[in-house]
Amino acid sequence: MSAPAAVPYDPVRAAEARARAPRRRWPFRPGVLLAAAFLMLVCAAAAFPGLLGHAPDQVDPAAALRGPGGAHPFGTDELGRDVLARIVYGARPSLLVGAGSTLLAGLAGAVWGLAGALGGRVVGEAAMRVADVLLAFPAILMALLVVAVLGPGTRNAVLAITVALAPGFARVVRVQALVVRDSAYVRAAVNLGLSPARVLVRHIVPNVVAPLLILATVNIGTAIIAGASLSFLGLGPQPPDPEWGSMLAQARDYLDVSWTLALFPGAAITLTVMSATIAGRALQARYEGRGGG
Amino acid sequence: MPTLARRLSRRLALTLIAMWGAATLAFAGMRLVPGDPARVIAGGVQANATPQVLDAIRDQYGLREPVLVQYGVFLGRLLRGDLGESYQLNQSVSGVILDQLGPTVALAAGASALGFSLAVGAALLTAGRPGPRVVSRALEFGSISTPNFWIGILLLAAFSFRLHWFPVIGDGGLSALVLPWVALALPIAGVLAQVTREGLERALGQPFALTARARGATEHRVRLRHALRHAALPVLTLSGWALGELLAGAVVVETVFARQGLGHVVVAAVRGRDFPVVTGVVVLSALTFSLVNTALDLLYRLVDPRMRQAAL
Repeated sequence: MSAPAAVPYDPVRAAEARARAPRRRWPFRPGVLLAAAFLMLVCAAAAFPGLLGHAPDQVDPAAALRGPGGAHPFGTDELGRDVLARIVYGARPSLLVGAGSTLLAGLAGAVWGLAGALGGRVVGEAAMRVADVLLAFPAILMALLVVAVLGPGTRNAVLAITVALAPGFARVVRVQALVVRDSAYVRAAVNLGLSPARVLVRHIVPNVVAPLLILATVNIGTAIIAGASLSFLGLGPQPPDPEWGSMLAQARDYLDVSWTLALFPGAAITLTVMSATIAGRALQARYEGRGGG
Repeated sequence: MPTLARRLSRRLALTLIAMWGAATLAFAGMRLVPGDPARVIAGGVQANATPQVLDAIRDQYGLREPVLVQYGVFLGRLLRGDLGESYQLNQSVSGVILDQLGPTVALAAGASALGFSLAVGAALLTAGRPGPRVVSRALEFGSISTPNFWIGILLLAAFSFRLHWFPVIGDGGLSALVLPWVALALPIAGVLAQVTREGLERALGQPFALTARARGATEHRVRLRHALRHAALPVLTLSGWALGELLAGAVVVETVFARQGLGHVVVAAVRGRDFPVVTGVVVLSALTFSLVNTALDLLYRLVDPRMRQAAL
């Protein structure tokens, strides 16, 4: 076994290399461009699913479980419905659960974290102890508990994942808000006699939101996977509505006949998650250090 | 060590509070369900229970008492370790959990062993080596972005239905566990490998690595004996996260492979609104989660002697 001679890692040389490398203002790397293009495609599908001209619920038993090709580029499912059309129509609920829950959790987390940082002793302590308790058990159980109470469905899946994500966001916002609160410009604003509400809205919130936005973007992938998992378990959007996770649950039962049925919905989830993560990281790289994070 | 004792008692208090919180949330959830709780217990509106049956249920579960009294009774039972009776399985919740714990522990233990070995192996082989690093990073990114139920379905399609290497369903034997282990381990291994390699590269760049090399240590020795220990600390921190992922993954993977286990039971309980079972599993996981995090806290001190002085 010939082990390759490793280049010893030299911190000085690495630091010099970093310093020499031109700083990219906008990451025009092919990966980022591809990711952005794919995200736009998914968003277009979510906004205008009808553009394709195929119906997602047109049953054709004679053409059931066909492989990809011909009139059905991605094949057909057990009822002869067009898989491509179902994936296009499934983009909306999938994105809605992923992005919607991240957005809601971001809003809730912002208010929660600000209350934790600025709410004084009692409110602040209470807010953060509740977050501690919620973070003490796995997020998926939190989500399952919410679904057990509210019942399955798209809206409830969004709420479930929101509840699961919000305490983590609240913690990040609180830390950031504590840093901002003690900064010179906030003290200056207070000393100038601005009202507390104005200091909060004009000076604290904008500086807390930037890192939260970055965190939320990077987290959308996780939320999409969580949403697809709930849907795969039959707890999200209900049939016959197409959704990527529940399509995979159906495909699981027909693996012996048509394995391609499971290929495309899963690829849609994975590619969307990858694109969202790449786009999020690109944003992070661009704005890191500017938002005060 | 008074600080250690204080820290430990603080962690244990937090554990108790977390369990109380979990139990309270579950109890509140039970009450928040729209409609008559007796009807929920009887199996929902579809079950069409007669008024006599509903009355009997109200008596049996003490639903006529004020909510606060019911809450007190519920907490009192929980303190004595009595998780109640499942609404649907005709069995005590602790019995259900005991029955189903084995398969889930086998699944999670094997998957975490596989995940950690894959991650450490990949990190040791690729840290500081530009070529392999790129490949490994791409693989890690792929495995992180892929939902584990899709990995499971693809594995089933390839190795069970096409190649017939592993059984399609079945709880018997090791061969039925291999594919679930892989499906559960891969996403976790991806994250752990990233963190381990980052830690290794940082450690390899530090003066002590240079000293070890100057003394004539081989590359393998530098990596295994000196750098790995430093990389272990962030990985330990992530073990708590990994446990959460394992629990979450087990729920999904057990469904994909039609396996017995806690995840399977909890999904059925959520669908059927079998609250005692959901409560039991939630409280038990909160306990496990908190205890593991406390144990990790102690482990830091073993791995990193510097932490023993730091009175955090």
